[in-house]
Amino acid sequence: MIAVFGLILLTGCGRADLSALRPQGPAAETSYGLMKLSITIMVIVLLIVFSIAAFVMIRFRRKPGQSEIPEQVEGSIKLEILWTVIPLILVVVLAVPTVKAVFAAGNDHWNDKNAIKVKVTGHQYWWEFEYPDYGITTAQDLVIPKGKDIAFELKTADVIHSFWVPSLSGKLDTNPAGTINRFSFSAPNEGVYRGKCAELCGPSHGLMEFKVKSVSEEAFQKWVDGMKKPAAVLLEDPALAKTFKDQCLKCHAVGDQGISVGPNLTGIGSREAIAGILINDDSGVEGASVEENLKTWLHDPKSVKPNNLMPSPKDLGLTDEEIDGIAHYLANYKLN
Amino acid sequence: MAQAAPVLNHSKPLKHGHNVKRHTGLMDWITTVDHKKIAILYLWAGGLFFGIGGLEAILIRIQLIKPMNTFLNAQLFNELITMHGTTMIFLGVMPIIFALMNAVIPLQIGARDVAFPFLNALGFWTFLFGGLLLNLSWVMGGAPDAGWTAYAPLSTSTYSTTHGVDFYTIGLQIAGLGTLIGGINFLATIITMRAPGMSYMRMPMFAWTTFITSAIILFAFPAITVGLVLLTFDRILGANFFEVGAGGNPVLWQHIFWIFGHPEVYILILPAFGIISEIIPTFSRKRLFGYSSMVFATILIAFLGFMVWAHHMFTTGLGPVANALFSVSTMLIAVPTGIKIFNWLFTMWGGQVRFTTPNLFAAGFIPTFTMGGVTGVMLASAPADFQFHDTYFVVAHFHYVIVGGLVLGLFGGLHYWWPKMFGRMLSEKLGKWTFWTFILGFHMTFFVQHFLGLMGMQRRVFTYLPNQQFDLLNLISTIGAGLMGVGTIIFLTNVFLTSRKPVGALDDPWEDGRTLEWSIPSPPPEYNFKQTPLVRGIDALWKEKTAGNKGMTPAEPVGSIHMPSATALPFVMSVGIFIAGLGFMFSRDDFGNAFMSFIFNNYIVTAIGLLITFGSMVLRSVFDDHGWHIEPEELEEG
Repeated sequence: MIAVFGLILLTGCGRADLSALRPQGPAAETSYGLMKLSITIMVIVLLIVFSIAAFVMIRFRRKPGQSEIPEQVEGSIKLEILWTVIPLILVVVLAVPTVKAVFAAGNDHWNDKNAIKVKVTGHQYWWEFEYPDYGITTAQDLVIPKGKDIAFELKTADVIHSFWVPSLSGKLDTNPAGTINRFSFSAPNEGVYRGKCAELCGPSHGLMEFKVKSVSEEAFQKWVDGMKKPAAVLLEDPALAKTFKDQCLKCHAVGDQGISVGPNLTGIGSREAIAGILINDDSGVEGASVEENLKTWLHDPKSVKPNNLMPSPKDLGLTDEEIDGIAHYLANYKLN
Repeated sequence: MAQAAPVLNHSKPLKHGHNVKRHTGLMDWITTVDHKKIAILYLWAGGLFFGIGGLEAILIRIQLIKPMNTFLNAQLFNELITMHGTTMIFLGVMPIIFALMNAVIPLQIGARDVAFPFLNALGFWTFLFGGLLLNLSWVMGGAPDAGWTAYAPLSTSTYSTTHGVDFYTIGLQIAGLGTLIGGINFLATIITMRAPGMSYMRMPMFAWTTFITSAIILFAFPAITVGLVLLTFDRILGANFFEVGAGGNPVLWQHIFWIFGHPEVYILILPAFGIISEIIPTFSRKRLFGYSSMVFATILIAFLGFMVWAHHMFTTGLGPVANALFSVSTMLIAVPTGIKIFNWLFTMWGGQVRFTTPNLFAAGFIPTFTMGGVTGVMLASAPADFQFHDTYFVVAHFHYVIVGGLVLGLFGGLHYWWPKMFGRMLSEKLGKWTFWTFILGFHMTFFVQHFLGLMGMQRRVFTYLPNQQFDLLNLISTIGAGLMGVGTIIFLTNVFLTSRKPVGALDDPWEDGRTLEWSIPSPPPEYNFKQTPLVRGIDALWKEKTAGNKGMTPAEPVGSIHMPSATALPFVMSVGIFIAGLGFMFSRDDFGNAFMSFIFNNYIVTAIGLLITFGSMVLRSVFDDHGWHIEPEELEEG
């Protein structure tokens, strides 16, 4: 046990962009505060129980030759009251801040003029983020201005998912119409935070990740403007452009073209990951380059995310060269 | 009133009895209504499913041993986690609980059998056939894959297209029938069949927890029965209870499931509390400290257990009022649970504690279960639960409670009552090996999972990315799971070796037995008590021992003993339900074979199954069987 505990201390408390133990925003701070309070109370309880247990198990072992009958104690009302009242007090100590925080978390900022509204839709197995005030829709990377309250409205397009960014906030389920949820959080610092789906939603549940990018106010505005701009030249090769338009844009959108059945691809080259799970990292430590990831994905989407709904481009009749060409185009389709 | 028959042997009908129906071999097991034999049936069947669930767990842990592992594919992984949870809870630990209840409760309350021996057999066979049906899914097109909680819409036919979830709904429905029957039977048994002098407040603690558990079963199982019917109708008959597009509401399923599901947790843990409350006094040579507060704590836990279901749904979005109320009600459960822990510790205080294998398990239970309890209180705080929910923290918590609590309790109980059930002592040496490997493996497996959850690993993921600091902890966890497997294998070895030894356990093999089951031979004769004992206080046998008596004072003269007849009807009835269930499940399938399609699509198979079941009921009702008697002369023969 001690060895195991030591190992855990060595590994630290997890990544700053992922761990609930290293909160990066007020909502996660609240949860963390309650965790610390409850862990403190519980460690005290455990120490008391463990000490009494160790004491009685050592002190009252039956000794060889011991044969007299121990006194048959019926009980003790004083002790019973003691270990009823003290736990009750501990429960109250934990319950009061809990109830306070529950009601604080119920404040969703949806009608707050200063808040940025985002409609989150869970799909098997990707995330759609719509900014109703700006008229833009994106996928997988949620871009937010730092320090601002972000008001979320959560729903699902299919099964129940759960929207979770551990370092910024606790999770909330995306339910079907009729039970739509609202909540809010904010990220005071710039940075990229990892988000996950936390409710079993099918085979690729474990791969349904997303990123939250907290950026400066100006960068956010620039990003919004970039998203609103019509898509640049699609692809230079007209034949490939036609293939892209006929095949890919039947489900996806870039800028003002195509439709949003699948994830919106506007500016996909500047995203943190492809399909939410293939992490873009030119250094090769966490993943591969954007283009490599796009190729991996487009050559066989089902092998990256089992049971996802995207048809394999090969099945749609695209050649390897066409796929690589589209990957190259998308990788360089960045918002500047 | 009985006249001595000139020759007494078991094959001859006795004077005023009906024919004595005795069978041997397999038929004996199929037709038995003896609670002691049904206990053994429950134990083997539960043990089999426990083994299957354990293998599933090992496969899950192998897949998670390293990031981006490809040992299992995503679909198979989801089937394994679903079946692991479902199998362990409904088919593994619950039947083993029923095994101990059946083996011990009638003996502890001084009864000759349960109130309804026929129902007892029926309960076992429906459980077994329900469990078999569920596990058939592995070879009949795929196991259920929507998690043991089967949340809609994932569990609806739109998103789970195989028959997997149908096996889940119908298999659990049939198995659940058995549980409900068992629960009602134990309620009736404990209310009506206690020996003279055994008032409620003189009942052994295990009898009390069985009583309360049965009451919880009576109120909780109807909820899952209804839920499963609704889901079955949605999937097979095209109803719309959970179909959003047609006005259904999937959150409704969550409520129904957890209104059953949370009390289910207490159905599992209360019997373990009872077992621990028997073992600790015996091996401390002291009466249970604070008996009456233990009884009231048990009742309070059961009562509160029905008030807290929505704490499984804090992240569903019920709003602050519901979340606050369910947070506080959940935290309150800590109070009666704490009372129990301290009473166990103070039972040992001032005693003479002997660390036999059963008591090792009990001693390991207390700190381990306490750890599961305190994380339970942490989970009760809704804003903190927004982080914990659906992560490995929760996985760690409920395994601490169910494995660290219940399974340790069951191991303790099995070692403790094994001589009473089988007449042979399990090897103490192997028992201690079982304990140390199992508990060490347990803490290795699950302690680290608390941290995995807090560090951002959600549950039910078939794999995870590298570089998230999850790798080492997952490796430790998998090694621990292997160690638990080793512990279980040592236990099985112990059982096998013990079964080859001759029967020879004493009536009171632990020497300090306190309750009635230790006043009769091991294993007991089929009528249990030649004379119903007179109970003169709590810990009835201990009281007689300290008064200097050799055994219990009988409450009646030796007389003929009325026994229930063996019958195959419960088995046949369960086969009928099994056939009907299978038939109903495939009623919408196209078999590509005119005959098969005809008999399934027209509900002919279902009708045949139901005919078998209801026909058996008619037989049972029309032909009275008053049982038979064992005469005093036979008793003297031994």
